[in-house]
Amino acid sequence: MNTAAPASETTAAPGLTLPGEVVTAAHVRLVSVPGVAGQVALITLDNGMDHTRPTTFGPQGLANIDAALDQAFAAAPAAIAITGKPFVFAAGADLSGIGTITDREIAHAVGDLGRRVFRRLHDSSIPTFALVNGAALGGGVEIALHCHYRTLASNAAMVALPECFLGILPGWGGTQLLPRIAGPEAAVTVIVDNALNQNRMLRPDQALRLGVVDVVLDAADYLERSLAWMADVLGGSIAVPRKDYRADEAAWSAAVAQGRMIADLRTHGASPAPYRALEMIDLARTADLDEGFAAEGDALADLICSQTFRAGVYAFNLTQKRARRPAGAPDAALARPVAKVGVIGAGLMATQLALLFARRLHVPVVITDVDQARLDKGLTGVRREIDALKAKGRISGDEANRLTALVTGSLDYAAFADADFVIEAVFEEMGVKKQVFAELERHVPPTTVLATNTSSLSVTDMAADLAHPERVVGFHFFNPVAVLPLLEIVQAGHTDDAALATAFATAKALHKGPILVKDAPAFVVNRLLTRFMGEIIAAIDEGTDPAVADGALAPLGLPMTPIMLLQLVGPAVALHVTETLAMAFPDRFVVSRNLRRIVDGGHRTLVAFDETGSQSLDPAIAALWQQGDRPSTGDEVRDRALAALADEAHRMLDEGVVAEAADIDLAMLTGAGWPFWLGGITPYLDREGVSERVVGRRFSPPGIATLPA
Amino acid sequence: MTARTLNDVAFVEGVRTPFGKAGAKGQFAETRADDLVVKVIRELLRRHPELPPERIDEVAVAAATQTGDQGLTIGRTSALLAGLPRSVPGFAIDRMCAGAMTAVTTVASGIAAGAYDVAIAGGVEHMGHHPMGDGADPNPRFVADRLVDPSALNMGATAENLHDRWPQLTKQRADAFAAASQRKYAAALATGKITPDLVPVATRSTEQGWGLATTDELPRPDTTAEGIADLRTPFRPHGRVTAGNASPLTDGATGCLLASVDTAAELGLPVRMRMVGYAFAGVEPELMGTGPIPATEKALARAGLGLDDIGLIEINEAFAVQVLAFTDHFGLADDDPRLNPYGGAIAIGHPLASSGVRLMIQLAREFAERPDVRYGLTTMCVGLGMGGSVIWENPQYTGAGAADPAAETAADAARKAAESATVTMEGEAA
Repeated sequence: MNTAAPASETTAAPGLTLPGEVVTAAHVRLVSVPGVAGQVALITLDNGMDHTRPTTFGPQGLANIDAALDQAFAAAPAAIAITGKPFVFAAGADLSGIGTITDREIAHAVGDLGRRVFRRLHDSSIPTFALVNGAALGGGVEIALHCHYRTLASNAAMVALPECFLGILPGWGGTQLLPRIAGPEAAVTVIVDNALNQNRMLRPDQALRLGVVDVVLDAADYLERSLAWMADVLGGSIAVPRKDYRADEAAWSAAVAQGRMIADLRTHGASPAPYRALEMIDLARTADLDEGFAAEGDALADLICSQTFRAGVYAFNLTQKRARRPAGAPDAALARPVAKVGVIGAGLMATQLALLFARRLHVPVVITDVDQARLDKGLTGVRREIDALKAKGRISGDEANRLTALVTGSLDYAAFADADFVIEAVFEEMGVKKQVFAELERHVPPTTVLATNTSSLSVTDMAADLAHPERVVGFHFFNPVAVLPLLEIVQAGHTDDAALATAFATAKALHKGPILVKDAPAFVVNRLLTRFMGEIIAAIDEGTDPAVADGALAPLGLPMTPIMLLQLVGPAVALHVTETLAMAFPDRFVVSRNLRRIVDGGHRTLVAFDETGSQSLDPAIAALWQQGDRPSTGDEVRDRALAALADEAHRMLDEGVVAEAADIDLAMLTGAGWPFWLGGITPYLDREGVSERVVGRRFSPPGIATLPA
Repeated sequence: MTARTLNDVAFVEGVRTPFGKAGAKGQFAETRADDLVVKVIRELLRRHPELPPERIDEVAVAAATQTGDQGLTIGRTSALLAGLPRSVPGFAIDRMCAGAMTAVTTVASGIAAGAYDVAIAGGVEHMGHHPMGDGADPNPRFVADRLVDPSALNMGATAENLHDRWPQLTKQRADAFAAASQRKYAAALATGKITPDLVPVATRSTEQGWGLATTDELPRPDTTAEGIADLRTPFRPHGRVTAGNASPLTDGATGCLLASVDTAAELGLPVRMRMVGYAFAGVEPELMGTGPIPATEKALARAGLGLDDIGLIEINEAFAVQVLAFTDHFGLADDDPRLNPYGGAIAIGHPLASSGVRLMIQLAREFAERPDVRYGLTTMCVGLGMGGSVIWENPQYTGAGAADPAAETAADAARKAAESATVTMEGEAA
């Protein structure tokens, strides 16, 4: 009789509930497994829904697992195994519940509960096995780490510890167990590096190589073979060697130091989560489990109650939900089918668009330009990209042939006669664009949607002289178009619902997450970025040290400095957008003479790096820049830039450019790559008091994307 | 043109899933039929790592209802799902209850003719997901033109018809045969003759979580003739066919690996049986249970053998009376020890299109134990009035001299085991 099963307290966590928990059941079955003397207690985690609603853990679900373990231990089985419903092992903590906790005590209790329940699998003297049959995220990985052995299905869609991505840490034992099991380097990769690298998932072969699991078994008979593997482990014919990573202090320290470098690179110190996680990984080398788990619990409770986590959950929901169901989009049933696409222009943007449409829609795409030479150059560019995709193994040879055949060129607009959707990406000049649309309208039927990729011009004006202005929409991509998910879909003055619905349906087919915007100068992202960059440039113009001005926003942890962003966008494009905005809003947007000088000088490189990798203004640009004698401090520059952002965002909402602040945030997250810990931007402006100071009120009440008051 | 030769066909390996009770309470209620086939194919390959999968030339899988999870050309779908190389083709096949048997004879013919070196043949029927005749639309001419008696389409009714045709085949004899089938199966299970040929299958249950099917679900080892005497006769008032003397509705899959004897030698594959010959025959549809009689006579005649040459007979027990029609015809006793020594479908279950290979799996194991037996028969009746028979030769045959003592010893052992097994099974059930 086995007596070492740690006893459960009678109630898992009295009174601990979280709102809206989809309760996960833990079914226990005693099964006979060939080759195993005695029975195996097989626990299935299942929330009773299909794979589109993965199994998650909240207090009641954890209590169910606790009760299931009581039942399993009581049966004194030969082994205890835990697995999931089809395609899903477990997706970890119920985020919608955890994301509402305001009380640090409750945050602590939720962490403690999960760790205590899961630890029964770790402390068990009966061998325990995690049969990871499908997606395993966060707490799903952690319950597996508590088990003595882990098998993984070869078709598991995702394995990851995404906590740091959201602003917390793996707090159900992950920070202590993973470095012990797989080593500190693997732990840093999974907990910090992957999480901060756009929440990168592990493929099964990677999970195996890193030591997160012991074996990967074929999906065709995964559970059967996992149980057979278990029998072999129990019978001793399979040995699973474990390494004592804790003996190598140097390697451990090096891994943690490497993790800090990664965290600095990705967050610039703006999110505490990865640093707390690294502290815990560091601690795991010397601390025993009690001490390590206690520290992890404290860190988790702190982070659950942090502003950065609130912003992270908010941002996560925007990118996962709002991006998929765009606010204000018309009835999808109104969309017209798109079976052929036209792209006007054969420049870099146009060729990127042509390839994207061909890859995602798999319909013929015709590009055109003003002369054969440019057209040929564009087509050659598309074909080169297709070949590169093939060479990288991203597409098959057949797919490459298919795409090559789909993208054709024509100098004659007659080639667009049967196109359902034509997008122009010609020079940003109203006259040119109007001329293109007028010419197009002579060839295409009235139902063809005419889209413009303009970044700042008025779509309404562009459509004004057409016979059918109702079919014109703005369809504004972000560079690089294959990577950034944002599309600003612009409803112009005359745009009808069918054209708009077709634009949204096309965006979805392109795998983009669109937002609906009103026809306003520079729409959302460019308007905010231009206003914000304008303040930095103005500060330098006035006499602030460029290093001070450009570094003033460092505490936000933006993906790049404003001057670096300016370089990336291209000074000429930035100047053009600024001119448009300055015309519309001369009180707030001013064209810097220095910026014009940079553009006139044909400069494209604005920043330089020294031998240590530090970034500074390129000396040629610095020499060009004529500064005044009114320097500001870094704090002053930051206050000013943030105030400008709050002011401009507020004005956009007042003007109805977008429906809600959430759309602004979604746009900044997916179009500008602004970080989760800022929640886009308005949660940060709210929590820092900038909104109230500048415009007298917050964008959202406390508790929505920020901690409650 | 090169000279044509015929190849000998070897039965290399056979495995099956445990059989489950059809319906919502059965162990496979939430398991797909094609997944059952996948487990079988993978187990066949796992047992023979010496066989390069790309050497498989065909995957023939039978199902009586070829829709839903048994649709889409299940021989091909299951091959792909099992991870066989894409170069391995597959097809679906149907001869109702003789589906798997026909899969075997069809690919065996291909092997004999030199079209294949190695092939997989098997069958599946998830009668829970596909009730018998589900979705069928019989031509009204069958009845209008009296092509068949209306009872021909109801298998239980055809079994009742056998009792009418041969009044000496009484319900008492049928019940006694059925009880013996249960006993023989229990003995075989207890002595390890059944489990080695099973592949465990993970079973999904929304209510209970995952389980693992490792045993047949349907046998009732405590069955006695008296105990089933008063069961309901669902096919006629005061009839003779009951749930006790018929095979139950079943979910299950079977599969086997066949190869030319030359290829088996080349690859080091075992030859557990050698195919001697086969035949199918038609009978009156309303007496479909008599099908094995002409099919066997035809197969024996073509092989130049008589029933006396056959040392072991695996006959499918769709209904007890249908087996008795066969034994009576050939002058065998109801309890002839050559007949279904491990028990039959009345105990194990009869997942229609998969049963034919189940007979072969059992015969192959019996051959290994009985080097005194040279020839064996697998035979079964088929809906709409057919029978199929395949005659096999035992490569382990060491000469008739060993026959009688060995047979007696084995029979004695089986009897003793049966007695003790009943006790064991009761103990487990408690």
